[in-house]
Amino acid sequence: MTESTKLSAKDFSTDQDVRWCPGCGDYSILKQMQTVLPELGIERKNLVFISGIGCSSRFPYYMNSYGMHSIHGRAPAIASGLKAANPDLSVWIITGDGDGLSIGGNQLIHALRRNFDVNILLFNNEIYGLTKGQYSPTSELGKTTKSSPLGSIDHPFNPLALALGAEATFVARSVDRDPLHLREVLKRANEHKGTSFVEIYQNCNVFNDGAFELWTDKKQKALSSIKLNHGEPLVFANGSLGLKLNGTKPELVKLEEGQDTSDLWIHDENDAVKANLLSRFFDKYLSEESFPRPFGILYSEERFTYEAAMAEQIENARKLKGDGDLDALIQGSNSWVVD
Amino acid sequence: MFQDKVLKKVTIHFAGDSGDGIQLTGSQFTNTTAKYGNDLSTFPDFPAEIRAPIGTIAGVSGFQIHFGSVEIDTPGAEADVLVAMNAAAFSKNFINLKKGGTLIANEAGFDKRNLKLAGLDESHNPLDEIPEADFEVHRIDISKINREALKEFDLGMKEKDRSKNMFALGFVYWLYHREPKGTIEFLKAKFSKNPEVLKANIAALNAGFHYGETIEAITRYKVEKANLEAGTYRNIIGNQALSLGLITAAKKSNLQAFFAGYPITPASDILHFLSRHKNFGIKTFQAEDEIAAITAAIGGSFAGSLGITATSGPGMALKGEALGLALMLEIPLVIVNVQRGGPSTGLPTKTEQADLMQAIFGRNGESPIPVIAANSPSDCFDTAFEAVKIAVEHMTPVILLSDGYIANGAEPWKFPSSSEYKEIKPHYTEAKEGEYLPYQRDENLVRTWALPGQEGLEHRVGGLEKADKTGNVSYDPDNHQNMVKTRAAKVAKIANSYPDLEFIQGDENDDLLVVGWGSTRGSIKVAVRWAREQGLKVAQLHLKHLFPFHNELQNVLEKFETVIVPELNNGQLSKLIQQEFCKEVKPLNKIKGLPFKAQEIFDKIIEESHD
Repeated sequence: MTESTKLSAKDFSTDQDVRWCPGCGDYSILKQMQTVLPELGIERKNLVFISGIGCSSRFPYYMNSYGMHSIHGRAPAIASGLKAANPDLSVWIITGDGDGLSIGGNQLIHALRRNFDVNILLFNNEIYGLTKGQYSPTSELGKTTKSSPLGSIDHPFNPLALALGAEATFVARSVDRDPLHLREVLKRANEHKGTSFVEIYQNCNVFNDGAFELWTDKKQKALSSIKLNHGEPLVFANGSLGLKLNGTKPELVKLEEGQDTSDLWIHDENDAVKANLLSRFFDKYLSEESFPRPFGILYSEERFTYEAAMAEQIENARKLKGDGDLDALIQGSNSWVVD
Repeated sequence: MFQDKVLKKVTIHFAGDSGDGIQLTGSQFTNTTAKYGNDLSTFPDFPAEIRAPIGTIAGVSGFQIHFGSVEIDTPGAEADVLVAMNAAAFSKNFINLKKGGTLIANEAGFDKRNLKLAGLDESHNPLDEIPEADFEVHRIDISKINREALKEFDLGMKEKDRSKNMFALGFVYWLYHREPKGTIEFLKAKFSKNPEVLKANIAALNAGFHYGETIEAITRYKVEKANLEAGTYRNIIGNQALSLGLITAAKKSNLQAFFAGYPITPASDILHFLSRHKNFGIKTFQAEDEIAAITAAIGGSFAGSLGITATSGPGMALKGEALGLALMLEIPLVIVNVQRGGPSTGLPTKTEQADLMQAIFGRNGESPIPVIAANSPSDCFDTAFEAVKIAVEHMTPVILLSDGYIANGAEPWKFPSSSEYKEIKPHYTEAKEGEYLPYQRDENLVRTWALPGQEGLEHRVGGLEKADKTGNVSYDPDNHQNMVKTRAAKVAKIANSYPDLEFIQGDENDDLLVVGWGSTRGSIKVAVRWAREQGLKVAQLHLKHLFPFHNELQNVLEKFETVIVPELNNGQLSKLIQQEFCKEVKPLNKIKGLPFKAQEIFDKIIEESHD
C-alpha cells in the first residue's frame, strides 16, 4: 500500500524553522496542506512543491517532499516543464498576488490555458509583504501604502475572473481562517485532472491586517459571503437570503423559513456562464444590494491535459515513423560516397 | 560552339526578390554540387521582413555558394557569377561581382517599374552601361521565355512566373555541367499533390537547361571533384547539425531530451527540427516567452530530463535571471545562443559574435557558467554533444554560442556514426534513503542528482544561497564566501577535461599567431594559408572553450610576440585575453553584420608582419 496511508501531518513537515511573521495566515495554509496530504494518497516521493518569490513562496522549504523555491513569477513555467518531463508527479505551485499576478502574470495565464495536471495555490494578501508593504495587483483602489501614499490608482485584478478568462478548467476560492473549507477545496483541487486554480485569501497581519475581515469576521461573514455546493441552491445569511437568476441577471431573494428553494439559482460547477457571473460578485463593501463573495468551487471542467496530449503525439509519431533510428537521422536522405 | 573551361573554384551569388524562391534555388544548386563531389560552403542572406515591398532593395534575398575542386573554407567573398532576378538584386550585389565575372540578368526585372522600385534612374537600364570588356553578361528575358515554355500548362500567369527560379537554376546547371536530376526528384516530392505545378516546374528547369545551347559563343565551366577524404558525406546546415548533436548526446546520456523554446530568428529552426522528431522521444515545448522557455527547461532538468533551450541575443538577455537559478541549483541545462547582430533587436537576420561578454558575464552576482562555441556548420554537432556532456557530467548550465552565419550556412559533412561517441554519465546519487545531501560534492566539486520520484531522497533546492552539503537556506557570511568560491572552482575544473589545444595551421615556432573563435574559423584558415603560401610564419589557433579558457592557452600565447584576434564584434575576445593573461593582442574587428572576407584578415596579417 502507498506510503502516505501510514503518514500523518507531521511527516510532511521539515526540520527548517518556519520564518513567517507570527500570526501570518500562511501558517494556517501550511497546516491545512500538511493535514490534508495523508488523506490524498500521494506518496511523498512523488510530491513536488514549486514556488516563486515572496512570503508564500517559502512554502516548499517547510514541506518534506521534493521542492523548488525558484525565481519571481516563474513557478508555473518550471512546474510545466517538470510535469511534462515526469507526468507521474503530483505538482503544487505556490504563488502569491505579486508573484502570480504581477511579475508572473504571463506564466500564470499560459499555464491555465495549457491545462497541465497541476495545482496552483495563489495566496492572496493584497499586498507586497516581503518587500515590506507596497500595493499589489489585487490591492483595492485608493489603498494607501508605502508606494501609494496618496492612494493606489491601479485598478485591481479580479483573480477568479482572470483565471476563467485564461481558460482555466478548475477555479476555486477559500480563505486561511476557514480550515475545514480550505482542506475540502485542496482535496478537490487534487482530484481535478487538469490545472486547478485556488485563490486563498490570506491575512498579512503586518502590512495589510484585516484585508479580508469582511469575509472572516463572524458578525459580517454570514451576509458578505456564500459557500458554493454543487447541485445546491445559492442560499446565505443563515438561510435568510438567496440568489436567483432572471435570465443571466442575478437577483437577491429574501427567504422565509421553510420556503421552497427549488426556483433559486442552483450551483452548477460545470456551467461556464454561471461561473463567470459568480466570479463577478466582487463587491468590497456590504450594502443592501451587494452580492455575497462566493467561496468554494466556481468552475470545474474536464479537458485533456497537456502532458497527455504530448505523450499521445509522441506515441503516434512512433507508430507512424517507428522508433527513431539515430544513425539514419544523422545520415539524412541525401548522402553520397567519396572513394 | 561551346567552349569548356576548367576552374578550381567558383562563387555564385543568386539574388532576387524575397518571393522569388532564391533560397530554394540556392539550396538545390548546393545539394547537386555536393553530390557531384565538390567541396563547398554556402551563406544565405535574406531580409528580416517576411514580405518586404516587392522589387525593393530591402526585399532582396540572396544565396551565395562557393564550391571547388580544392578545399573550400568560406562561402567566398566576391562572386564569379551573379544571378540577378531583378534590378534591386542587381543594384545591391553588382558591386560584389569580380571584374571578369559573369552576370546573368532577368531582363524582365529591369523594366521601368522595377528600376523605380530599386531606386534607380528609370530612363537608364544599368545593364546597358556595363563595360563589355570587363564582364560576361547574359541578358535573358527569363519571364518571357519561361511563360512561352509553359504555354501548354493549365496554370495562371502568376503561377507560371513562380517557376522562373527553376529556369534560372536550369541555366546555371547547364553552365556548370550539373545534372538537374536531383532537383527533379526534389520537385516530385515537394509537389506530389499538385501534378500540374510539378510538371510546370520541371518544364521550367529543363527549359533553362536547354536555353544555354541556343546561345552562340558561350563558355561552359567545369569544376572537377574535390579531393575529399574518403567516406560518406551529406550536406549539413548548422542548426540541423546542432539539433542532431543534441539528440545524439541525449541518447548517449540515456536522458530524455526536454526542449523548451520561444520562436526567435535565427534559432527557431532548432525548435522546428526537434519538433519534427518526436519519434525519438524528444519532448518539445513552445513556451509563452523566453523566460518561460528556460524555466520550463529547468523544470524538465529538475525532473531528471535533459533540459535544453535555444534563443538569440535578445532572448538571452531575458533568460539571465533563470541562468542564475540554474547555476545555483547546479543541474544540467544547455542554453544555445544563435547570435545575431545587436544590441536590442539589432540585425535579426545578420551575423555577429557580440554576445560573448554577455554569455560569460551577463548575470547578477558571481555566476560562472561554461561557454563553448561552434565554429562551422558541421562543428555544431560536436559542440552540441560536448555542451551536453559538460552539463550532465559537471551538473551545470552550459551556454553554447553559434551564430546566424553557421546556423544557416551549409557544408559537406563526413558525418560520424553514433557509435564513435562515448556514453555520457549522469551524476546520479548513490545515497541511501534519508541520507541524501544535495550539495555534497565529489573530487571535481560536482554534486549528485536525485530525482523527484526517488524514494527517501526528498529535498528542496532554490535560488537562495545554500548551506554547504545540506543545501538548506543559509545567510552565514563564511558559508556564502565558501559557496561562491566553490562554484567558481567547480567550473574552473571543467578545463581539466578539455582535449589538447591544437593549432589548425602552423605551430609555436611561427612568428605570428591568429586566434579566433566561433564562425570565423574558415575565413581565418584561408587568410593564414595565403600568408603561409607567401612564406610568412603564421600560425592559427581557434578556441572552442571561451569559459573557462583552456589551461594551456596562456603558455601558447606567451610564445608569440604578435597575436591577431579577428572577431565580428568590437573586440570582446581581445579584451578577455588581455584581461586574463595581461597579453597584448591586435584586434581586428568587423561589425557589419557580415562574415569576414579572408582578404580582410590576410591584409591584417601583412600589416602586422611588416611592423
